[in-house]
Amino acid sequence: MLRLVVITVMLISCSISNATTFIVGASQKVKHIKDAIIQAQPGDTVLIQSGVYREGNLILQKSLVIKGEGYPILDGENQYEIFTIHANDVVIEGLKFRNTGIASINDLAAIKLLESSRVRILKNKFENTFFGIYLANASHVWIDGNELQAEAEAEHQIGNGIHLWKCTNITINNNTVKGHRDGIYFEFVTNSLITNNHSEGNMRYGLHFMFSHNDEYRNNTFVNNGAGVAVMYTKEVTMVNNTFVHNWGPSAYGLLLKDIRDSEINNNYFLENSVGIFMEGSSRNNIQRNKFYQNGYALKLQASCDDNIIRKNNFQQNTFDLVTNGSLVLNKIDANYWDRYEGYDLDKDKTGDVPYRPISMYGTIVERMPQAILLWRSFLVLLLDKAEKAIPVLTPENLMDTTPAMYPYDFN
Amino acid sequence: MTRIIKYVFYDILRTRFILFYTAFLMVCTFAFFQIDGDFGKVVLSLMNIVLMAVPLVSVVFTTIHFFNSYEFIELMLAQPVNRRAVFLSEYLAVASSLCLAFVVGVGFPFVLYGAWQPISSLMITGIFLTLVFVSLAFFASVLTRDKAKAIGIALLFWFYFSLIYDGLLLWVIYSFSDYPLEKLTLTLIAFNPIDLARIIMLLQLDISALMGYTGAFYKNFFGSNLGILFSLSLLIIWVLWPILFALRIFNRKDL
Repeated sequence: MLRLVVITVMLISCSISNATTFIVGASQKVKHIKDAIIQAQPGDTVLIQSGVYREGNLILQKSLVIKGEGYPILDGENQYEIFTIHANDVVIEGLKFRNTGIASINDLAAIKLLESSRVRILKNKFENTFFGIYLANASHVWIDGNELQAEAEAEHQIGNGIHLWKCTNITINNNTVKGHRDGIYFEFVTNSLITNNHSEGNMRYGLHFMFSHNDEYRNNTFVNNGAGVAVMYTKEVTMVNNTFVHNWGPSAYGLLLKDIRDSEINNNYFLENSVGIFMEGSSRNNIQRNKFYQNGYALKLQASCDDNIIRKNNFQQNTFDLVTNGSLVLNKIDANYWDRYEGYDLDKDKTGDVPYRPISMYGTIVERMPQAILLWRSFLVLLLDKAEKAIPVLTPENLMDTTPAMYPYDFN
Repeated sequence: MTRIIKYVFYDILRTRFILFYTAFLMVCTFAFFQIDGDFGKVVLSLMNIVLMAVPLVSVVFTTIHFFNSYEFIELMLAQPVNRRAVFLSEYLAVASSLCLAFVVGVGFPFVLYGAWQPISSLMITGIFLTLVFVSLAFFASVLTRDKAKAIGIALLFWFYFSLIYDGLLLWVIYSFSDYPLEKLTLTLIAFNPIDLARIIMLLQLDISALMGYTGAFYKNFFGSNLGILFSLSLLIIWVLWPILFALRIFNRKDL
């Protein structure tokens, strides 16, 4: 025990004696961040005082702690990438980045991290940046508490908020991304965690996710993005407790699942999306305990999906609960609550005694001919739906919930 | 003219039908509130009533009333009174009493539950549909002298607009689904007052249904100020043409 204490004390004193802090500011000896980076040794701290710094592209190849005091502004003058980092063990904290350049060949970013690991990017602000945080081939990075805000008008004028390519073991926590192309972009990113983020008003997807296995996202909110959230070509992702709100428009989805396998989609809340979940070519996923409320289509389950389990979800006040494009039934739909269910429960076990067929005929018609939506809620449609319920002709006869819940589940 | 309106109005109140109608609407609305506390859902359920029951009651009541007061009309015309004034008074009295019944029957529970906001489009479309179908019923009534036949024609109007027309529209959409149909369907909708009313209400209520590419097109049109102006003016045309035609026929008719 004594030895441990001694070692700790020695370690602490070593680190204190070795590390120097360089203060950068208009009234300090070091006036430019560039100079401080040149002078500093690995392990040193560069403390930047508030002010506006226009220093073009800063290249960091040492393990430094770069900290801002009162959010100093690093301006890219609409021309440059701001920080390019190619070093391990870097901390970037409390800075404000604005106006990076816009380019169509290079992905200019406020912070670009290349082939680095053990980096922390904390509590920064980004304003009008092309790419905000860009990670390529990085690992063990912690991105926490950043605020990204861009105001682009077209998709080609703007990059992604947090962009990750070929990374592992990344944590993205508590960030806010607004007005970018994709809020958070994942490609070939594995074993990572996305938690407590807020992605709003991005041009394309709130979260875009491809070839990224074994990831988990929790407690995120995706509001009003051009096309919601897209998860593609991935296996073993966990999506828990996320909220998808108001992603609507011609081709907007709350959650788009394309070629997803062996994933868990639990306890999410889908509110007012054009399509709550759109599933295509996906297999063996568990969709449980989600709330679908006031969506256009709660669930679009293409016939190319198989072995998915859709259990114990609440479907309330959606225009259409479920639509599909084929008659083959390869998925298990079980024990959900459907607010349109009209059956009875004689044995009082809280499950309905008559199976429920969630696919409405008119949903199928509209799926084939979108113009037919014009007749929605007319008397004719009501009659057609009732007739179809009695004798299914157009809708797949075997697609049914055999144990529908009588009361909505309380997930809170 | 106001005096005639007053007499017709008293006459309508005396039959008590209008009171039953008010009570029916009120009971329905209260029941929906009891079943579901969500105002949006209440309005949705009421929408079915507005689209189905209101036109039906309007046509049937108006035709029956017209033929029941046939002798009164004949008597009035024996006096030095303008035919036009008599006819329009009949129309105004019937239409206003039905509208009043609707506004009180549906509006009162809403006021009681303190739900002001979602009700405006429901009220406007309900009133317009009443006016339109009273017009159509008057038109049906002056076409023939036989009461049963007139009721038949009036019911046919109702049946046509609430069911047959939509069937035809669906058939058109189905047959020509490979073509861009947005503008065509938009035009066809204008020829059916019930569809117009339904779409005005849909845009207020569950807009999510109207999403997707086509939906976005309709929404851009009907959701804009121009679109609302367009649909309201079309409804006004739907009120005016039957009653003006009916007036023309009535003026020349040998009673």
